[in-house]
Amino acid sequence: MIALGQVLEVLIGGLMSGVLYSLVALGFVLIFKASGVFNFAQGAMVLLAGLALVRSLDLLVARGFSPWTAVILGIGFAAAIMAITAWLIQRFVVGPLVNQGALTLFMSTIGVTFVLEGAAQMIFGSDVYPLRLFPTDVWLLFESHFPGGILVNKLDVWGAVIAGILVASLAIFFQQTKTGRALRAVADDHLAAQSVGIPISWIWFVVWLAAGLVALVAATVWGTKLGVQFSITFLALKALPVLIIGGLTSVPGAIVGGLIVGAGEKIAEVFLGSHIGGGIEYWFAYVLALAVLLVRPQGLFGERIIERI
Amino acid sequence: MLYREAGQFKTTYAEDMAIFPIRQDRIALAILLGIAFIGVPLLADFDIWPFGSDYLLRAILLPFLILALAAIGVNILVGYCGQITLGSGAFMAIGAYSAYKFGTGVHIPLAWLGFAISIPPLPVPTSILLGGLMAAIAGILFGIPSLRIKGLYLAVATLAAQFFFDWVFLRVPWFTNYAPSGSVNAPALNFFGLHVGTPIERYLLCLIFVTVFAVLAKNLVRGNLGRQWMAIRDMDIAAELIGIRPLYAKLTAFAVSSFIIGVAGALWAFVYLGSWEPLAFSIDRSLQLLFMVIIGGLGSIMGSFVGAAFILILPIMLNLIPTQLGVPLSTETITHLEFIIFGSLICYLLIKEPHGFARLISIGKEKLRLWPFPY
Amino acid sequence: MRMPDTGEILLQVEGVSLAFGGVKALRNVSFDIRKGEIRAIIGPNGAGKTSMLNVINGFYHPNHGAITFKGRTRAEMQPFEAARGGIARTFQNVALFKGMSALDNIMAGRTLKMRRGLLWQMLRYGPALAEEIEHRHRVEEIIDFLEIDAIRKVPVARLPYGLQKRVELGRALAMEPDLLLLDEPMAGMNLEEKEDMSRFIIDVNLHYGTTIALIEHDMAVVMDLSHRVVVLDHGVKIADGTPDEVKKNQGVIDAYLGVAH
Repeated sequence: MIALGQVLEVLIGGLMSGVLYSLVALGFVLIFKASGVFNFAQGAMVLLAGLALVRSLDLLVARGFSPWTAVILGIGFAAAIMAITAWLIQRFVVGPLVNQGALTLFMSTIGVTFVLEGAAQMIFGSDVYPLRLFPTDVWLLFESHFPGGILVNKLDVWGAVIAGILVASLAIFFQQTKTGRALRAVADDHLAAQSVGIPISWIWFVVWLAAGLVALVAATVWGTKLGVQFSITFLALKALPVLIIGGLTSVPGAIVGGLIVGAGEKIAEVFLGSHIGGGIEYWFAYVLALAVLLVRPQGLFGERIIERI
Repeated sequence: MLYREAGQFKTTYAEDMAIFPIRQDRIALAILLGIAFIGVPLLADFDIWPFGSDYLLRAILLPFLILALAAIGVNILVGYCGQITLGSGAFMAIGAYSAYKFGTGVHIPLAWLGFAISIPPLPVPTSILLGGLMAAIAGILFGIPSLRIKGLYLAVATLAAQFFFDWVFLRVPWFTNYAPSGSVNAPALNFFGLHVGTPIERYLLCLIFVTVFAVLAKNLVRGNLGRQWMAIRDMDIAAELIGIRPLYAKLTAFAVSSFIIGVAGALWAFVYLGSWEPLAFSIDRSLQLLFMVIIGGLGSIMGSFVGAAFILILPIMLNLIPTQLGVPLSTETITHLEFIIFGSLICYLLIKEPHGFARLISIGKEKLRLWPFPY
Repeated sequence: MRMPDTGEILLQVEGVSLAFGGVKALRNVSFDIRKGEIRAIIGPNGAGKTSMLNVINGFYHPNHGAITFKGRTRAEMQPFEAARGGIARTFQNVALFKGMSALDNIMAGRTLKMRRGLLWQMLRYGPALAEEIEHRHRVEEIIDFLEIDAIRKVPVARLPYGLQKRVELGRALAMEPDLLLLDEPMAGMNLEEKEDMSRFIIDVNLHYGTTIALIEHDMAVVMDLSHRVVVLDHGVKIADGTPDEVKKNQGVIDAYLGVAH
């Protein structure tokens, strides 16, 4: 007999780690919406941002800066790195490939992934670097209702709050700013947007920068949880099924998809995995995405695709 | 002036449709095959440089041949049919583990039905081909989503295959014959009574497989089926309107591609590795194969060879050249450099020459044909 | 002026309606195409002409109505089934296979006629090779007919627009269709290219006896080429008859001059 308390605990833990997937998925959605590029490199961007942050932090602290100054400077440095990366990608990869097929663009982002992973580790090192930006202890909730209470990790809560802030600021950015509006215009039809004088290369730079900053945010939470290390890029791959489930073009879809994947894989692991050998977290998200693809190819929140000739 | 086709008139369509319609190309190929089939074994037999040690055969030529074969498989799917795959490593694994099971005997206890399926250990060649067949079946199953979904979505479907099979071979002990370490050993390599053991024998075995499959694949891609694949790749809607069935075209591409990849996987495990773990077929392998195809040339059988050679030789060069210059690099730096070079090369080629090195070679031939005139 | 044929009906469109969400592309359209004729479908932009062709060859499925082709009425069919039934098609924006040569593009049109399976093709020996050569002969005839011998091995992406259109026509002809749908075969061509294309269309109709339905904006071409014309406006059929009848029709004149409805 499985206790209700245990189910709730697994569910909450799953939802919270789902938020982490959502954070990465958001970066994908931003780029896909604005340029139709399916950015395989988002995980590598998380790694790069994380390494830039943690290494500059270590250096600053060693030089005797106060923790707060160090954090602010470190984040500034990492953001600058992401800006440079965004500019380089726009200038040398995505820009020249404009109007190419989606497949070509996708493969080019695989190339970008490798460059970023290689360069990031060459410059910043390739060990596991612990990052402590957020508290990592736990709360015990509802101890009066369930024996032992429900274990909730504070970091997960922080992650959820940050994701919420991120989504809200993205929504404001898209709806209220001139750049945001131009961005939506480019997303609809980039030739038409160009013809009314929207500078497309600037817009794409902004999009890649935004995705880079989202990656930085994801890196702070993930880095605190796991340490900044290469395997982050594999976890970031989980954002792909999240996107498929949520729909490629939908910001709420990225969030809901992340929650579904996070909760689903934890529940499946605990209640199903023990029967078939364990470790099904490894593939659960992908197979779930495959099932969604077969039933509803555009995802839960995606727009239906109408084909024309 | 050596490379001219002037005076070589084709009087039948059959001649015009030959693989290498130009005589000089045929001669070059004959020489290449002569070196590969006769020259290399002779040199190795007499221990002549650079075949004095087994290093070149075992560490370069053998993996080159097998990965080139796998790259041909990937190229059929990605380069010819335009269906992206990030799961080719999994299909190599399916080929390897199926061949292993067939080679060591299959026993499926179906207790609830009251009987068991038992197949005695099969000969190695049969096992390898059956490994390819199993991969083809899995390829068809994972190709079915391609009928409803396109491009990027398919990338995720193939990732699902990759991660799912990684897990299956790691966690389902039946596939490894309950080996406690999870690592398995290939059966003795008996081919029709001949024992394949020494590096040169292994090399020749792989060379035969690769040559045969390359010719068969080339025949397919320049025939009716190949045109159907390319039509689906270039414009699937128009293809359907001229009577090409997407179902048939895509699933045959998945089947043929997976079959070849599966055979390559079985060879990789049996002939190259000898004993292996699921890690040998991870997503890194899938990406490596994809890179070979992009670098060598999408939609080119020859390009698969060029790409495989490049990807295998670059790390060795990165190791060798700085050492010769007196500034040896650490293994870590080499790995990172490799990442950067491969990544930027991919981007560069996709922008400048989507048909990869193969296209550069044919441009070179075009220039040579006109030489010494520029046009 | 050419006289309309009075042959049997090859294709009958009955009460076809098609809507995308709220947009009604076609409203209760009926007309027929007789065997051996050249039938033009004209109308202002957005009249639903291309949608009509898409319905005929199964790419769109009509919400109402039925299509009878060669005596068989169908509710819904897939594009490749239409192709198998003998309907070929060219496109408004050239839809060639960009990565293939002109020859391969046209050879691809023979797909339905080729019988040898995967294993034979893999060996490319005996019957498979014979089949390939036999179809190459047929394709070379088409290449000859369309006067594109010189460019047969050029990748089509490198060809100028006018030649691409010709290769596309060749691909459709390679299917040996009973009904050939041409969507603006002369769009974007200069006078000389238009004359060539008109000649090819008439020759196809006369020599191969292929029934043709075409969409075209150049009225002079339409009136010269076609036996009968159907006029669509805002998804509704407003006229149907010989070029002379249609020319005099007040509704057609209004539609083209843009009189409010």
